[in-house]
Amino acid sequence: MIALRALGRKPWIWSFFATIIVWFVTVLFTGGASSLGLSQAALTFAAFSVIVGIGQMFVITLGPGNIDLSVPATMTLAGTLALKLMNVEDGMIVPGLLVSILIGLGIGIGNYALIKLLRIPPIIATLSMSFIIQSTAIWSNRGLRIKPPEQLADFATSGFLGIPNVAIVALLLSVLAWVLLERSIYGRWISAIGQSMFAARMAGIPVDGTRLATYVLCAILSSICGYLLASFSGGAALNMGTEYLLMSIAVVIIGGTAVAGGDSNVPGIWGASLFMFLVVSMLNTYGFGAGPRLVLTGLIIIAVILVAGGRPVGGR
Amino acid sequence: MIRPSSSTLRLLIPALSLAVLLVAVFYLQPRAMSYVGLNLLFNLAVPIALATIAQMMIMSVSDLDLSMGTFVSFTACVAATYLQSAPLLGILILVAAIAVYAVMGVIIYVRDLPSIVVTLGMSFVWGGFAVLLLPAPGGTAPDWIRWLMTSKPPLVPIAIVASVVIALISHLIVMRSSFGVLIRGVGGNQRSLERAGWSVVALRAAAYGLAGLFAVLSGIALVGLTTSADANIALRYTLLSIAGVILGGGEFIGGRVSPIGAVVGALTLTLAGSFLSFLRISPDWQIGAQGAILIIVLALRLLLNRVEKREKQS
Repeated sequence: MIALRALGRKPWIWSFFATIIVWFVTVLFTGGASSLGLSQAALTFAAFSVIVGIGQMFVITLGPGNIDLSVPATMTLAGTLALKLMNVEDGMIVPGLLVSILIGLGIGIGNYALIKLLRIPPIIATLSMSFIIQSTAIWSNRGLRIKPPEQLADFATSGFLGIPNVAIVALLLSVLAWVLLERSIYGRWISAIGQSMFAARMAGIPVDGTRLATYVLCAILSSICGYLLASFSGGAALNMGTEYLLMSIAVVIIGGTAVAGGDSNVPGIWGASLFMFLVVSMLNTYGFGAGPRLVLTGLIIIAVILVAGGRPVGGR
Repeated sequence: MIRPSSSTLRLLIPALSLAVLLVAVFYLQPRAMSYVGLNLLFNLAVPIALATIAQMMIMSVSDLDLSMGTFVSFTACVAATYLQSAPLLGILILVAAIAVYAVMGVIIYVRDLPSIVVTLGMSFVWGGFAVLLLPAPGGTAPDWIRWLMTSKPPLVPIAIVASVVIALISHLIVMRSSFGVLIRGVGGNQRSLERAGWSVVALRAAAYGLAGLFAVLSGIALVGLTTSADANIALRYTLLSIAGVILGGGEFIGGRVSPIGAVVGALTLTLAGSFLSFLRISPDWQIGAQGAILIIVLALRLLLNRVEKREKQS
């Protein structure tokens, strides 16, 4: 009972709980026939949300007002330019990945430069930045759809022992993120900044360096996600990142990270990402149209937050 | 010499950037300097200004509404369908939507939930209802709103008249009434208001309700201009409205907002779009240039804030 209660206090447990329920409800409808396929699809699509979600989580941990709205634009630009560079040649896979990481690095630095130099709220800084990135992507893409190199496409769409490769990549990145957050000085620093920037500065934490590193980290994760997503879906499209703006924020919050910052967790992002995908596929399985599906998705999200949210008294 | 108050200074930058953009547009396209030209330039600013005021209401209690765009789309769909074919039912739906906004404000406060997440969830709900109402673009605008939005008052085009009226009314509500002071107080220091005996729940419900009302008006005005609606008609309003409030000198927390500034910010954003098309910038770069303009205006504001601070110190 005590162990159960301790588990119930973990903010991320709720998203897994909800995921399991939704999974069962979906599988029940099809009589168990789809359970393997459904799980694989859920892992694949959740993987993309997880990668951008981790980046967004680090940014949100920095405290109120910190959010990165340039995620979709970064994904699009990284996917587009990387595929253009690789030009369907298998030998260029690694340079392509490096280029997309470099793009992330540049965008991250640009984002934080705007925040710091102009002293504007991160929402507006990353928003203006994303407009510029989007234009660059449109200009460089010109409506062409370049295919990914064959080996890369194979890697992105296949799996190892039934587990999709992209999910394995996302899992590795999550483990890294968990170590970074829970076991490294950097993780302590961002939590401290999120709880009180003033106190953190007084304590001698390099606030600016840490925040810069966080925005860069988020942009790099977005560009890696863009690279993978473009390879998975057989080419970069200009709107490929759109749904990941809301998704990246939603999975972080539903996963139990405090919006006010300073309190984060990685496992919750997995739970929330699986949950978000499964809700949509459950409503699809039950044959809802686009309208009711959206309404129900929204209501379920709010219901989950209502149950899981409301932090314990004295908890902050 | 009379030193302008800091709130006047706050208003100066948005007003200046609007003026500079306007002069630039007139220089590029002298024909815009006419009754018809001005109306065309600012036509689409009216719904954006209303949505910006709605967002400002939410921001004045230190929350943020990420569902603004889908909600305005939804109200536009209601306006183009029920409000036209069955006005009574249409009005009922819109009133219910405003009530939902007020309830949302209460839930966010009572359960201590982050407004970003709740409105994010609601954005799915509104989007879903909009798709249910109008699965494909269509509908017709009610005649009276069509008449209102295309009316031609003497001397000054309707777009300008409407913007001024919106700015004045919201200024009266937010800056000049005791109710407005209380709402900004919720954003500034909720606890002290509570200790002073005010009901924060009621105030938050009222702020959200007012936001809902302005957003409904925004949807109606939009349909009056476009004559028909679709479920995605106003999606970009979420970000536009936030940018408008910030451009107009508002802040995310602390209840520091400026209704007149917000309207001016909305006008600036609209004008920036026309300015870019007059410059004949390749469409590829239009969005990027809009981002650049946003950055430049904010840089100007920083400069002015520095000057203001130096003056205070001396």
